[in-house]
Amino acid sequence: MSEHDNGIEREVMEYDFAIVGGGPAGFACAIRLKERQPDANICLLEKGAEVGAHILSGCVMEPAPLDELMAAWRDDPPAICVPAGRDEFRFFTKTRSFRLPTPPQMHNAGNFIVSLGELCKQLAAHAESLGVEVFAGFPGRHPLIEGDGPAARVIGVRCGDMGVEADGTPDGRPGPGFAPGVDIHAKTTILAEGCRGSLAKLLIARFRLDRDATPQTYGLGFKELWRLPAGRATPGLIQHSVGWPLDHKTYGGSFVYHLDEDRVYVGYVVGLDYADPRFSPFEAFQQFKHHPDIIRLLEGGEIISSGARTIIEGGLQALPRMDMPGALLIGDAAGTLNVPKIKGVHQALRSGMLAAEHLAAHGSGEGYDAAFRASPAGRELHKVRNIRPGFHGGLWLGMANGALETVLGGRGPWTLKTHADWNSLQNQAATRAHGAQAAMAAHWHAERTLAPRDRLASVYFANTVHEEGQPVHLRVADTSICATRCAEEYGNPCTRFCPVGVYEMVDDGAGGRRLHINASNCVHCKACDIKDPYQIIDWVTPEGGSGPNYQTL
Amino acid sequence: MKILVGIKRVIDYNVRVQVNRDGTGVVKDGVKMSINPFDEIAVEEALRMKERGDAAEVVVVSIGPEAAQQQLRTALAMGADRAILYQAEEEVQPLAAARALLAIIKAEDPGLVLLGKQAIDDDANQVGQMLAALWDRPQATFVSGLEFIDSVARATREVDAGLEQIDVELPAVITVDLRLNEPRFVKMPDIMKAKRKPLDIRPFAELGVEMPPQLETGLHEPPPKRQGGIKVESVEALVKALHDKGVLS
Repeated sequence: MSEHDNGIEREVMEYDFAIVGGGPAGFACAIRLKERQPDANICLLEKGAEVGAHILSGCVMEPAPLDELMAAWRDDPPAICVPAGRDEFRFFTKTRSFRLPTPPQMHNAGNFIVSLGELCKQLAAHAESLGVEVFAGFPGRHPLIEGDGPAARVIGVRCGDMGVEADGTPDGRPGPGFAPGVDIHAKTTILAEGCRGSLAKLLIARFRLDRDATPQTYGLGFKELWRLPAGRATPGLIQHSVGWPLDHKTYGGSFVYHLDEDRVYVGYVVGLDYADPRFSPFEAFQQFKHHPDIIRLLEGGEIISSGARTIIEGGLQALPRMDMPGALLIGDAAGTLNVPKIKGVHQALRSGMLAAEHLAAHGSGEGYDAAFRASPAGRELHKVRNIRPGFHGGLWLGMANGALETVLGGRGPWTLKTHADWNSLQNQAATRAHGAQAAMAAHWHAERTLAPRDRLASVYFANTVHEEGQPVHLRVADTSICATRCAEEYGNPCTRFCPVGVYEMVDDGAGGRRLHINASNCVHCKACDIKDPYQIIDWVTPEGGSGPNYQTL
Repeated sequence: MKILVGIKRVIDYNVRVQVNRDGTGVVKDGVKMSINPFDEIAVEEALRMKERGDAAEVVVVSIGPEAAQQQLRTALAMGADRAILYQAEEEVQPLAAARALLAIIKAEDPGLVLLGKQAIDDDANQVGQMLAALWDRPQATFVSGLEFIDSVARATREVDAGLEQIDVELPAVITVDLRLNEPRFVKMPDIMKAKRKPLDIRPFAELGVEMPPQLETGLHEPPPKRQGGIKVESVEALVKALHDKGVLS
């Protein structure tokens, strides 16, 4: 824990349930708990300056779980909510595209294209109306654990301190406006931080929750909201593509969701198990936008906002145990997303509601893990468990395996293993100049005309803010590796995988190079924490309210 | 002494403001709203005065939509004693706001009115000055330093030439500038306490202020796109380029 522990008096607030993270899982849990136990004291912490500020999802939502949680949402839909129309699935080459049959999991009849940020604001209002105390701008910074060994138990979370000044040490020192974070004590702490939550990461390690799971895998998603010239968008049209600019070995693809009022969501997802250290997911997305099919749509339009966030893709075999003494993991903090459906919101809502029902019925979280796996949400993950790992052999094998698994409905007796992302990068010597991706990597800076011009320009459309005087919240355990081993082995991939250019190698003034971290650009996507090949980057929460301010994403 | 602080709900300063499709205004749907930053500085100053013993009560007041309660709750969580919202869903222009504040002053009888120097949405910078005139009391605007000597406020003003110090007799209207203070962080237990503090919501009409719009907005337009720069090879080329642009004669 931080050095501010010494001599700093902290207020303690007692709750029955403390929920960390204002996303669909957290609010579903809070709302359902309040319905079952109206007298329970529940608080929900959100690190963004307001609910929805940090959340980012495609997002085509399956509505059934939301109907179950908050039936009235259809009468008062979120600011962006368009019924799904036609589905289109295409394979891209550099200049052409071919229609493919839409995989059955990707049929969207009856679903809705929504802004998840806007939906979360409505869930927050509903939760507050039931008496949940929602605190936006307050990150859960440290888990509070009592006891050792088998007796260890989570008793709450410590909120991040406000007004800390950078002084060269990792933790900084209290500044003039310093306000120590409150300790929240709760009978049960529920972690709903989303993909690669910083507390979930600590607790998974502390309680070895992943000891029976295969390595977790992730994707990195980008999303932009565009306003097009009048008449160009087809409200409800859902377009996905695979292929160019990715080679067949790299997992990923695009989405274009057509909204009302001449708006579209355009985005791109890349599996973080890509192998070429020179690969830049951001550039792949920007090049995709210049495919003839896409530039035709976007040209003359205006970018309104942009963002990036990692996606948890390991599925059932990588799912850690979801209960531990005193705490639960729900939603994507555990990894409940359905990759073949490319949907996580309905699963997050279900896992949150189920956690609440379990807590209300049993008085503790014990047994929640088994309950989740046996629930419809767990069974849904079981059915599709072998599809994403099948892409480890490349796009075509993956598609063939996906078709087989779909026919079998996941009833095959085998379960494919997942592989960690951080050790998937090939040593530069092995990748030097071969393969289509390598050829493309040499031309990342191909002529582009559409906004944003570069990663720094995209930061502007994410409305990201961090006080400049804060300590750096991206902690690199050993920066000497950067200029030596990493430069040689991988050519500093952090300077390319970060979607907003946080990491830069600069002249150290003595003839060498050193790592410079532009922490204030960070959009809290967590890609660095996942993909760094030496696992020495630790993403921690900065001062509350910092980070992106996504608008209608 | 009672201090009345006016606060306005505006689009958060971190948000990139966009003009709506038909040019009738800016996009507010799904956009983060906050206390006008200058007003937040005014709240902070009032709280510091109370903590020093220069004031007994801090009342925050806002004129605006129902949702402006959120901003008043924030001010209460910072430490204000009570809040009043005069609910007006339509735009309230500066003169109407000044008249409304005058009516509120009549009811509340404060010893000091603290306002932000301007709101960051329309940047009008008029309400404080109009209010002082209507109230017929002294004013100190663009204040970046403030102390009290008996019934006199000694205000340091940010003016074009630098800093100016003036004394104003209380009650007065003081509008605050950026450098006056740095507002505190709101603490979690104080957010809880703020939920129990009084927040009155009253209809704007109750103030009896006629507000025919004085200003008519023609069109909202984003600023023109900036042209990219060019690189020139030599001093001669630079001079020529500047000549061609008409910058040098």
